[in-house]
Amino acid sequence: MNMSASTPWVHLCAVEDIPRLGSRVVEREAGNLAVFRTAADTVFALLDRCPHKGGPLSQGIVHGETVTCPLHSWNIDLVTGEAKAPDEGCARRFPVKVENGEVFLSLA
Amino acid sequence: MQKQKLVMIGNGMAGVRTLEELLKLQPDLYDITVFGEEPHPNYNRILLSPVLAGEQTVQEIILNPVSWYEENNITLHLKKKVVKINRMKRVVVAEDGTEAAYDRLLIATGSKPFILPIPGKDLPGVISYRDIYDTEQMIEAAKVYKHAVVIGGGLLGLEAANGLKLRGMDVTVIHIGDWLLERQLDETAARLLQKSLEERGLKFALQKQTAELVAGETGRVAALRFKDGETIPADLVVMAVGIRPNTELAEAAGLHCNRGIVVSDGMQTFDPRIYSVGECVSHRGIAYGLVAPLFEQAKVCANHLAQYGIGQYKGSVLSTKLKVTGIDLFSAGDFMGGEGTEEIMLSDPAGGVYKKLVIKDDKLVGACLYGDTADGAWYFKLLRENRPIGELREHIMFGETNLGDTGHQGQSRAASMQDSDEVCGCNGVCKGTIVKAIKEKGLFTVDDVKKHTKAASSCGSCTGLVEQVLMNCLGSNFQESPKTRAICGCTDRNHGEVRQAIRENKLLTHKDVYDFLEWRTPNGCATCRPAVNYYLISTWPHEAIDDPQSRFVNERVHANIQKDGTFSVIPQMKGGVTNASELRRIADVADKYAVPMVKVTGGQRIDLLGVKKEDLVSVWKDLGMNSGHAYGKSIRTVKTCVGSEFCRFGTQNSTQMGIDLETMLANMWSPHKVKLAVSGCPRNCAESGIKDVGIIAVDSGWELYVGGNGGIKTEVAQFLCKVKTAEEVKEYSGAFLQLYREEAYYLDRTVHYLERVGLDYVKAKVVDDAANRKALYERLLYSLDGLPDPWAARIKGAQKNEYIPLKVIA
Ligand code: SRM
Ligand SMILES: Cc1cc2nc3c(=O)[nH]c(=O)nc-3n(C[C@H](O)[C@H](O)[C@H](O)COP(=O)(O)OP(=O)(O)OC[C@H]3O[C@@H](n4cnc5c(N)ncnc54)[C@H](O)[C@@H]3O)c2cc1C
Ligand code: SF4
Ligand code: FES
Repeated sequence: MNMSASTPWVHLCAVEDIPRLGSRVVEREAGNLAVFRTAADTVFALLDRCPHKGGPLSQGIVHGETVTCPLHSWNIDLVTGEAKAPDEGCARRFPVKVENGEVFLSLA
Repeated sequence: MQKQKLVMIGNGMAGVRTLEELLKLQPDLYDITVFGEEPHPNYNRILLSPVLAGEQTVQEIILNPVSWYEENNITLHLKKKVVKINRMKRVVVAEDGTEAAYDRLLIATGSKPFILPIPGKDLPGVISYRDIYDTEQMIEAAKVYKHAVVIGGGLLGLEAANGLKLRGMDVTVIHIGDWLLERQLDETAARLLQKSLEERGLKFALQKQTAELVAGETGRVAALRFKDGETIPADLVVMAVGIRPNTELAEAAGLHCNRGIVVSDGMQTFDPRIYSVGECVSHRGIAYGLVAPLFEQAKVCANHLAQYGIGQYKGSVLSTKLKVTGIDLFSAGDFMGGEGTEEIMLSDPAGGVYKKLVIKDDKLVGACLYGDTADGAWYFKLLRENRPIGELREHIMFGETNLGDTGHQGQSRAASMQDSDEVCGCNGVCKGTIVKAIKEKGLFTVDDVKKHTKAASSCGSCTGLVEQVLMNCLGSNFQESPKTRAICGCTDRNHGEVRQAIRENKLLTHKDVYDFLEWRTPNGCATCRPAVNYYLISTWPHEAIDDPQSRFVNERVHANIQKDGTFSVIPQMKGGVTNASELRRIADVADKYAVPMVKVTGGQRIDLLGVKKEDLVSVWKDLGMNSGHAYGKSIRTVKTCVGSEFCRFGTQNSTQMGIDLETMLANMWSPHKVKLAVSGCPRNCAESGIKDVGIIAVDSGWELYVGGNGGIKTEVAQFLCKVKTAEEVKEYSGAFLQLYREEAYYLDRTVHYLERVGLDYVKAKVVDDAANRKALYERLLYSLDGLPDPWAARIKGAQKNEYIPLKVIA
């Protein structure tokens, strides 16, 4: 991910704390986030709100680099946050980096 | 072992449908070879009319592309007409010498257009209307010639005439009868039809007989002379005067034919190795010429080819529609009426609407509708069900929508719906959106519509309506052909194949399955992963790894997700029985966790709705009760009635029976949810008649019913058997459920499974074969043995991270 040096990174957890092909919820005043871990141990973070009707994406099934919303099965691309065709909409992305097995998040 | 050889002659609609049905049942039983005289793979013959009318293209009406045959390992011989069946050697021979040996032979040669034996019938420019070739000839002729004559005022003739007119020709329809479509309409309706076709510029010559077709200077047909001497110009003559079953080949092989290849109710010819389906067949003296009955035949025939041997075709009641855009007519049954019948009629000639219903002995026996056919499907249903109409009678003419909300299956609503009317309530999809998607994206199946519009993708109760919209767009009488039977886009394998591979190769993990079966995606998708997970754990209990990440959130979290992301908690309450201490704890939990709603469910227990995910584990702990599995493709409830302990009618202790069953089945995963009920007498207060397994106590023992469903499509359970003891109730119902667990496809409820294999099959495995029953029962007990209650396991710390949110320190 392409970040400016000034991005304030905060430590979140170890990669191991997120289940593979699963996710964890990050509680936050301004709306929860969902952090996902793929089979290849790539980590992504999205606002935990489906662009359809606000379903909690963190509770969905993760496959490839996609999560399927648990409420009405929209497929959301983890890389872009965008809903896959034929649906339209976008969940906000948050920058994530992994260093030495630890996950850092930028809430900026 | 070498596979048996199945050869099919005739690559048309009925034959290929039979293969599709067969592959669904037994994908690997046969090496299949298909001979087709036409150069095309199987296409939708019905839609030749829209092709002629310029509303669709030939490409769009292909049902099974060549790749379908390849994917199913079917050897396909196109453009090869079979000319001989050698029943002694069991081989068929094609025109070019190609031979194929068979163990079973399927003849599906369709029919041939009848050609009037009149002078000039062989002239260039004189054709029939049967296949793509004919249609293309008509399209070409319309580009160069002016005058078309269609002989025959039946459905086919009128559709041909309409198409040629739309392509700019000057068209006359000649008909020998007193009115058009005399086999489908009464005179009043036919006159209305004729009038609106005349308004579109078609000309008619009724009660006229053709004497001769006359050639012009080029040798091509140029005129038609009637018996009365009148002559009209004709550069193209289409004969649509009827069809004859194509029995030539069968007759030459010595098979008994009588206006069609004579078959039994199992679609078998007089040679037991040879089956036949389609228009070439004569069943109980009737040769059918519409696809709906032929598809029923296909299903029965497939059942026999699959060696289940229990399907029976008993004939069909037909209905017809005309596929001329903008003209609505519908007829079914005995619409002419006569001796002993009554007619209800509604006639509004100015408005172009005419309806006639024929009633005999309080039953609807015929219907003929013109102008407003919205209720055609409903009338047809009443007709087939053959049930007394009783008090419906007063309103019947005004249609189903007039009866309040009985039309929940949407049988007849689609046609009359506005584009802005909602079809799918779950996803808020209206008719216009669906029609647009079908047209623009060339959708063909309900599955396609689901994917592109989301309609019918949730609760599914509007599937019937979606099917109808699809039908209205694609042509009448059209039935959906199940094209994509693969589990999902990640693979070409269907459920049966995946299950078999897991069993035969002892695959134990998701990765094994995806590698072995060459999945296209690295780790599946939200559709296939839960299915594969179920197949793994049900095939290899105690060995395969149950993967929580492959389970839908409810089953992963062991609670039911709600629209706002909170969860519901339903503790187990065996047989619906509780006590003061449990109720007190439930009340305390409701207070402590500020549960927004406490509700008695339809399943005889209590639901705490609106619990936060992070509270779940402590709620379970405080409740001190087991999981009710109200969230899973799993055992749900065993409902009971009070039974002999208290009820004055009770014959057995149904409550205890229910508790015992619920205890036995605790923690059982299944292809879909499983619900049981035990009633203490035939008054059936526990509603056993609509349960997956329903048990009704009688004086002398217990009656077992299976395959009931109270959900989307209510289905009454079928009687399985009667047993004497409570121990037998457990063994028989356990064996049935294990059979379902081992053989049903994921997300099929018992009713769907039974529909696929038939009750007789289940009886053979569970009732008649005692050893097999015991083995099934033991396998069930083995898979359930030692499974922990999931709530208790989580209280002890299993899957801890699932319930604890992360926090960031700002
Ligand atoms: C809680 C309950 C309604 C109630 O308040 O009474 C209920 C609630 C739901 N039912 Fe039900 N059903 C409930 C009894 C029933 C019954 C009646 C019964 O069990 O006797 C039926 C008809 C009987 C049957 O299944 O044959 C029923 C037929 C359905 C169906 C249609 C199933 C079908 O095969 O046609 C669905 C949809 C599905 O499962 O795919 C469904 C799905 C649902 C879901 C799980 C929808 C979902 O996926 O979120 C609902 C969860 C609500 C929630 O947010 O918690 N519910 N549902 C009932 C729980 C019973 C229990 O104690 O376990
Ligand atoms: C223009 C048109 C419109 C129609 N509209 C409707 C409608 O709206 N609703 C409806 O229900 N029905 C309609 N039908 C009728 C419907 O198409 C037929 O009932 C159905 O196609 C019959 O299926 P089948 O498999 O028996 O025969 P077919 O589909 O005709 O298949 C038989 C195949 O066998 C091949 N064959 C024959 N002999 C041999 C041989 N010796 N060797 C190799 N191959 C051979 C033929 O070439 C043909 O391809 C319509 C038909 C036509 C022509
Ligand atoms: S509880 Fe059942 S019937 Fe009620 S809205 Fe939910 S799914 Fe529909
Ligand atoms: S809220 Fe996510 S699909 Fe509807």
